[in-house]
Amino acid sequence: MNTVDVREAVTQAHHEEWARVVASLTRRFGDLDIAEEAAAEAFATAVERWPADGVPPKPGAWLTTTANRKAIDRIRRENKRGDKQKEAQLVYDNGSPEPLDPIDDERLRLFFICCHPALAMETRVALTLRMVGGLTVPEIARAFLVQETTMGRRITRAKAKIKAARIPYRVPSAEDLPARVSGVLAVLFLVFNEGYLATGSGTGPVRHDLTAEAIRLTRLIRALMPDDGEVAGLLALMLLTEARRTARVSASGELVALDEQDRGAWDAALIAEGHRLVRERLAAGVAPGRYQILAAISAVHTSARDVRDTDWWQVVALYDQLVHLDPSPIIALNRAIAVAELDGPEVALAAVDRLEDRLAGYHLYHATRADLLRRLGRSQKSRAAYDKAIELAGNTAETAYLTRRRDQLG
Amino acid sequence: MQYLFSVIDDTAGLATSDEQAAIDVFNDRLQAEGHWVFAGGLGSPSSATVVDNRGEEAMFTDGPFLESKEYLVGFWIIEAADLDVALKLAAEGSKACNRKIEVRPFL
Repeated sequence: MNTVDVREAVTQAHHEEWARVVASLTRRFGDLDIAEEAAAEAFATAVERWPADGVPPKPGAWLTTTANRKAIDRIRRENKRGDKQKEAQLVYDNGSPEPLDPIDDERLRLFFICCHPALAMETRVALTLRMVGGLTVPEIARAFLVQETTMGRRITRAKAKIKAARIPYRVPSAEDLPARVSGVLAVLFLVFNEGYLATGSGTGPVRHDLTAEAIRLTRLIRALMPDDGEVAGLLALMLLTEARRTARVSASGELVALDEQDRGAWDAALIAEGHRLVRERLAAGVAPGRYQILAAISAVHTSARDVRDTDWWQVVALYDQLVHLDPSPIIALNRAIAVAELDGPEVALAAVDRLEDRLAGYHLYHATRADLLRRLGRSQKSRAAYDKAIELAGNTAETAYLTRRRDQLG
Repeated sequence: MQYLFSVIDDTAGLATSDEQAAIDVFNDRLQAEGHWVFAGGLGSPSSATVVDNRGEEAMFTDGPFLESKEYLVGFWIIEAADLDVALKLAAEGSKACNRKIEVRPFL
């Protein structure tokens, strides 16, 4: 086996097995910190050993065994120093019925402890990316645009709090789930978005491992709460977004805007599943939440075989509904983009300009203005807006796209 | 596992009779369900005296150690299996006494 194949095998094992190894060690040793460190050591050992020894027939089992050994080594070392490691066990109840596959169940426990409401939202996302997604601390730090040491401290503090305050390692009971669900969905949405629009100049524009993990976890939550509209809505939104993933970045790594995408390259199976979920929610006749409306907007877009067939009236109507639920300026910005198609760029620009004081630091505010100004033939102002957008954009594909659009101005 | 529930207040008022009645109901429940360890209400911060005997002789200072808008008016010490149980109880306690509660684990 050549080096490239081995490297790919390690990467693949990392995507598929990381969360499972961390989860199984957390269960066994009752300590997230030990589990994380031992899992990281096991993967480092794989990088060292697999090129010479070959990839083991069951990489997951090999990694779990190796990580177990590393964890036991660490506990022995610490016990020698007289640490009271054994006392600080995580609590989890084995009494609850486990309707899910045991591996999925492990994953969910790990996820639920990471997105516990006693942790700050940013910490929940960071911890989920680390423990479940397997991202390194530097990668997470880059995603959050903070220093590595800051992110390292944040994650360490979270693990210490989980231990000291006894945040339980379990999937909440059916009775407690509804109270947890909105926080859980927010974390999943952020993880998905980080995968979909990865930040940092050193990363690829789309991290499929993260979008896939977010979808996988959302499916598991849906299995727990099949009747929850927002869970279904978020899953539909993710599927309809994921369906466009390959069409969204060109071969040269540039972002392809929705109106320029090759719609034939969209994933028909994911779109069909997403549409099915949206229809299911419409049929339920319950007032939709945020994710369901976003999914419905996505469904309108993915229903049009050609961008000119897009039902913009419907899109604007859905945004109007969304503005009622969520008065955030970002929603207003997206609504204005749809308004441009319905009422023209002049009307849209006026709406966008009203958001300046709240969105001046957001690259898409400037990118949207740039595009509207371009359509209105105001090249000079458009160029300045593109410059500002490029300066603020963090994603490599977006930067490439914005640069090309700017350079195409007359 | 024991947790300290610190009751935080920013008004000078004592509990109203409605609040006191709700607190009594909550306390009965804590006792009936085995969560009760101890609880109490405190005098206002202006009744505090800070004592520092780390030096040669004990120093007494009038007033609280920290001047702040929000301060501790009372506390519960409860027994709970884990933080989820503690947070649920704290949510009920907060409702009963109509004030914010900080939850902290004992070491």
